[in-house]
Amino acid sequence: MDLHFGDSKPSDEERAAVDALLGPPESSWEGADRSDADLRWARGGREARARRDLLLPGLHAVNDRVGWISEGALAYLCRRLTVPPAEAYGVATFYAMFSVKPRPATVLHVCTDLACLAAGAPELCEGVESRLGPGSGVSVQRGPCLGLCERAPAALAIRAGDPVRTAVAAPATVERAVLAASAPGSAAGEPPAERALPQAGDPSLILLRRVGVVDPADLDDYRAHGGYTALRRAFALGPAGVVREVTESGLVGRGGAAFPTGRKWQATASRPETPHYLVCNADESEPGTFKDRVLMEGDPYALVEAMTVAGYATGAHQGYLYLRGEYPRALRRMEHAIGRARARGLLGDDVLGQGYAFDIEIRRGAGAYVCGEETALFNSIEGHRGEPRTKPPFPVEKGLFGRPTAENNVETLVNVLPVLTMGAEAYAAIGTAGSTGPKLYCVSGSVERPGVWELPFGATLRELLERAGVREGLRAVLLGGAAGGFVRPDELDVPLTFEGTREAGTTLGSGVVMAFDDTVPLPRLLLRIAAFFRDESCGQCVPCRVGTVRQEEALHRIAERTGAAAAHDVALLREVGRAMRDASICGLGQTAWNAVESAIDRLGVYA
Amino acid sequence: MTVTPLGTPRRLVEFTLDGEPVRAPEGSPLLDACRSAGKDVPALCQGDTLTPKNACRICVVEVEGARTLVPACSRGAEQGMRVRTDTERVRHSRRIVLELLASSVDLSTTPRVAGWIEEYGAEPGRFGPDAARVDEEPRVDNTLYVRDYDKCILCYKCVDACGDQWQNTFAIAVAGRGFDARIAVEHDAPLTDSACVYCGNCIEVCPTGALSFRSEFDMRAAGTWDESAQTATTTVCAYCGVGCNLTLHVQDNEIVKVTSPHDNPVTHGNLCIKGRFGYQHVQNRD
Ligand code: SF4
Ligand code: SF4
Ligand code: SF4
Ligand code: FES
Ligand code: FES
Repeated sequence: MDLHFGDSKPSDEERAAVDALLGPPESSWEGADRSDADLRWARGGREARARRDLLLPGLHAVNDRVGWISEGALAYLCRRLTVPPAEAYGVATFYAMFSVKPRPATVLHVCTDLACLAAGAPELCEGVESRLGPGSGVSVQRGPCLGLCERAPAALAIRAGDPVRTAVAAPATVERAVLAASAPGSAAGEPPAERALPQAGDPSLILLRRVGVVDPADLDDYRAHGGYTALRRAFALGPAGVVREVTESGLVGRGGAAFPTGRKWQATASRPETPHYLVCNADESEPGTFKDRVLMEGDPYALVEAMTVAGYATGAHQGYLYLRGEYPRALRRMEHAIGRARARGLLGDDVLGQGYAFDIEIRRGAGAYVCGEETALFNSIEGHRGEPRTKPPFPVEKGLFGRPTAENNVETLVNVLPVLTMGAEAYAAIGTAGSTGPKLYCVSGSVERPGVWELPFGATLRELLERAGVREGLRAVLLGGAAGGFVRPDELDVPLTFEGTREAGTTLGSGVVMAFDDTVPLPRLLLRIAAFFRDESCGQCVPCRVGTVRQEEALHRIAERTGAAAAHDVALLREVGRAMRDASICGLGQTAWNAVESAIDRLGVYA
Repeated sequence: MTVTPLGTPRRLVEFTLDGEPVRAPEGSPLLDACRSAGKDVPALCQGDTLTPKNACRICVVEVEGARTLVPACSRGAEQGMRVRTDTERVRHSRRIVLELLASSVDLSTTPRVAGWIEEYGAEPGRFGPDAARVDEEPRVDNTLYVRDYDKCILCYKCVDACGDQWQNTFAIAVAGRGFDARIAVEHDAPLTDSACVYCGNCIEVCPTGALSFRSEFDMRAAGTWDESAQTATTTVCAYCGVGCNLTLHVQDNEIVKVTSPHDNPVTHGNLCIKGRFGYQHVQNRD
């Protein structure tokens, strides 16, 4: 490699931000002042390149401190990590939360996604923009779902500095959003996590039972509420025993793909290559999803314990928690919980004195829905663009850093705790034969009691909506998020199981349930969904990169048209949609047409 | 003497290709099997000396049991596979992908694509006159080569060739994302401010003419570029002792560009700035 770093210099601020992460540079080869010793040796090569995975944290460090990433800052970071600047620039420009152009220190992200759209996001944006004009020192960014849908409309303010300050306004009024942006340090705090649980305190809860009951900061309180009994049981069973238990429980992944967790763990555990990795996907970016946030905010130690169990079962000694960049409170709570667990010997070289070494590192995403795709997530952690890889090879063979990796989302992992404490048999008795256990649903939109609901698999959509208090005039329900599909008000008896939704020609996806009444024009929702996919496509493959653009264009053309006037574009949508589904590399492109198709076929939106 | 690297022997697997039994080394690309069986599977982002990026999705085939179509350029042969290369489903995807590409970038200098557009009945015009296009001015920022991203299909070949697969210079990468993704040096600067060493290896692999010799670019602009009037002669580079093969493309007794044979065991198509661009002295006749 003959790297060329240019001659732009970092500012003191930028240098300090990078040095705070990486420590001071040791030689002039990586940006320190030149000394005599530097003339006799060259630093770099393999050792420095092995730190490529610190690129994303490094970009965050600069962006957090200064608000954007200048040429000098990027060059310095590249020098420190021996990363080619062109590649680092490619990474920096991949993520929505970074800017490589100067911008104000404060950015106000206003959600314009589905639940917020229905709750008046456009008016909110206009109000905020007219109050925060160009001279206000705030850059207003309209963007995708912030995972606060139960309190829509939502806004998140981030002010760069040391430390970086964040404030959430949800439900947001113009005043609250402006206040959050102008004084993020003193804006009103968020309501406690359990406010997102309409069932809080219900003794039948399994996954959510501790949310709002334990103090999320207190490890002893967690233990007093049954914490760490699952890990003890895991140690008693041994890794193979844990895998067997999880397999027998029938637990399948809750992220949307519904792959059997036990099989994934078994496949990872049995690979001869080492090391193995465990990755927890907490990059919850599906519009309408917020359950992982609530779990991490309300019961963070549960995730630490569950990751430890999973690491133990799969033979991993290092776990990565890839946490959505837009979740500042979840990040703080998880950081705290991991630190406490480490201090108390529940992470580290000798977990619980059992001779098993395991630790967890948090990696923050930076605004890219596609990083929820497991292989894109690996690339992102490794310091590359978050572009999905082709499968095969599958992650259990060649995952993170090319090693066998088990990747599970937060909800899936948290299910492992009751599997071990109740036993596989009792767990499998919950739900149906094909879909076992409890399931979390993120209910938002036109309902009285939005939030995270826990019901055993098999409850019908109608039961769920009735409990959530669906409002008059229901027009459509979006099941599974933007990658899912719409169902009609007369289809509410569909059982919420993997097999039941499949039979009904729809999907459970990640458990999103968004109810829309007839005040929200459907074509507008579809346009928003199309814009979302066009924005979030990584751009790697042609069907998705161009197809999502053509889809959005066609929907714009149809807008309010129906019948014969829309027929040509509907046919075009079908043809492009079919190719996206068939020929795209990853799930993003493959599902980008699902919701639109279901709106056409099931809701007859342009008929 | 040509030395062919043998690699580790791989066992042969048997599978069917459009119903006919075929054998191929385990894990070898389905595209190779298709080609040896005489099937004309179109491919754009695949290159003979680079790891396929399988980004263009034009080579897709149907593999029984797979939920989606699979890229023939990068899916390896497995025992007992059933592969179909020409079903309605396959043809549909290829047609749409061709339409999407041709409606968004300029494919006029991409070899073979016009034939595929006809063969698959693609109609790039049907997305309407306002369909989004790349529409960028060519970047002419140095005297050796031109980057015309209006013609770029984002096949990643130049990035891989400049990076760890050929040149190890890492001067260019993909920046941005989605429809706005582009090949760029850091901060989208001119090439002259980057790490580029002008080896021209990226031009060598570019399948579309998005990267081209300045000589070719200027001649095309002047309307004097005429491939049919060109001869190609392969010779040995005279600059140093490595012995790289050069193919001189000559029109009207002038060298108009230099390429390098990919099957050469020494260079696999790689050259340095001198071999690639340093030909003027040959034609300074006075
Ligand atoms: S389908 Fe879309 S997001 Fe997935 S790899 Fe292709 S371009 Fe990227
Ligand atoms: S000419 Fe060589 S160094 Fe320059 S961008 Fe192309 S491959 Fe990279
Ligand atoms: S410039 Fe050429 S080689 Fe590079 S990505 Fe574009 S089409 Fe491919
Ligand atoms: S926070 Fe706005 S839709 Fe989720
Ligand atoms: S040639 Fe196979 S996907 Fe491009």
